[in-house]
Amino acid sequence: MTAPRFWRKINQRYRLVGTECRTCDTAFFPPRDLCPECRRESDIAEKAFSGEGEVVTKTVVHDAISDYDAETPYTLAVVELDEGARITAQVVEGDGEVDVGDRVEACFRRVRDEGEEGIVQYGTKFERV
Amino acid sequence: MLRDVAVVGVGQTSFGEHWERSFRDLFVTAGVRALEDAGVAGDEIDALYGGNMSAGQFIQQEHVAALIADYAGLATERVPATRVEAADASGGLAFRQAVLDVASGASDVVVASGVEKMTDLGSAETTEALAGSADREWEVFGGGNVAALYAMMARAHMDRYGTTRRQLSEVVVKNHENATNNKYAQYTNEVSAELVESTPFVSEPLRAFDCSPASDGAAAVIVVPAEDAEDYTDEPVYVEATEQASGSLAVHDRDDITTLGSTARAAERAYETANVSPGDVDVAEVHDSYTVAEILAVEDLGFAEKGDGGAFVEDGRAAVDGETPVNPSGGLKACGHPLGATGVRQVVDAAKQLRGEAGTQVEDASVAVTHNVGGTGATAVVNVLSDRNGRNRRSR
Repeated sequence: MTAPRFWRKINQRYRLVGTECRTCDTAFFPPRDLCPECRRESDIAEKAFSGEGEVVTKTVVHDAISDYDAETPYTLAVVELDEGARITAQVVEGDGEVDVGDRVEACFRRVRDEGEEGIVQYGTKFERV
Repeated sequence: MLRDVAVVGVGQTSFGEHWERSFRDLFVTAGVRALEDAGVAGDEIDALYGGNMSAGQFIQQEHVAALIADYAGLATERVPATRVEAADASGGLAFRQAVLDVASGASDVVVASGVEKMTDLGSAETTEALAGSADREWEVFGGGNVAALYAMMARAHMDRYGTTRRQLSEVVVKNHENATNNKYAQYTNEVSAELVESTPFVSEPLRAFDCSPASDGAAAVIVVPAEDAEDYTDEPVYVEATEQASGSLAVHDRDDITTLGSTARAAERAYETANVSPGDVDVAEVHDSYTVAEILAVEDLGFAEKGDGGAFVEDGRAAVDGETPVNPSGGLKACGHPLGATGVRQVVDAAKQLRGEAGTQVEDASVAVTHNVGGTGATAVVNVLSDRNGRNRRSR
């Protein structure tokens, strides 16, 4: 991912800031500028997420795309945040294997290196509570 | 549709690793085979649609519809050529666009084609290119790729419905067995469930043999107004419905990740338009890019109850002599999966079933479904084809 593309969403990547639609009270992460339900009746505002949630499903990735090779095998999960949005991110393995239904919280981690001379990109991973 | 449409010619290259053949070579071979099958001359063609996911990444070539029209001798005829893209549903969309073009009355003789040249890249670059069908910013950035996303769907399906690892393997066993009679298939060897389960993990619970391969290949079909079909062939295949639906690009945005809402909706519309029910379907070519995708497909297409897809395959109900034969060609797993070509290849194989000339032939096939998915399901295309010999239009 190029530097401009990464930095454009730096608030989301560093602080887990999304949006919500105040018309239907639905939270979005990543942010949406248009609510898919309310469309032109959307009333969109910024929303910060607590970072706490639950594992909906998971996998252990053994064959990753090249910038993630050094991390393999790693655990990837869909996490449902308590505010309602879902996010795809890695789960840092601490004591024992994370499982579906486990409570997790967001942590700020190095996510990706663009080769030896490329930029280092940070973002959200999760760890078990 | 404003007027009925029929398929009057089909052709494909073999799928596989064609080191010696280029993108344009592949297309010309498939296109010429389809034209010869239909007995159509180049100067009769009104339009061409080409499904292609990512020539830009695989061979750094864009503007590929113009390229294939040129090398097929259609540029001198000034035939309009349009590339259609929806990841690995590109071929299905190209077919649908061709059908709609004829149905609308704008064109009479149209080529629907798909082509992909994948093996010029190594496997790491291929995985990277495939990831372009998922959400690069919010799935792939976090460490997801297409296999990982399907793996999470598989895990959710196993947790909710009790689908087993062995049931995933049985998809591979069946599809490889079916492909033993398909001279165009990439893999024509039989495999055992034990062998599937001995291959390395790609993304748990999916192993290497749960995944369709990277392939080179092309496929083409000729569509014309149904009323003209018998001028070209004694065995027209009629397009009873062609439907397409969308879903969220990211898997995590779906309320239920054990179903493809796009498939379910496209199928519902297609059955309604064709006036058939899932039980009327004699044969189906479905999108088994990963084993779990075939299990989701047989449920979302209505052949099995939700949650029973694994048992449906394991119990032989999807076998060639089963209740609803699924992927008698070998599917994406054994035929190979040259992304943009697959949706058209499915129509080629469905047409052969209806004509009674398939390698692994389903007895008395009269109504066929093809089902093509883009990426993890943000696009789905469902077509219903028939030979109109009176066995369709049964009770609903």
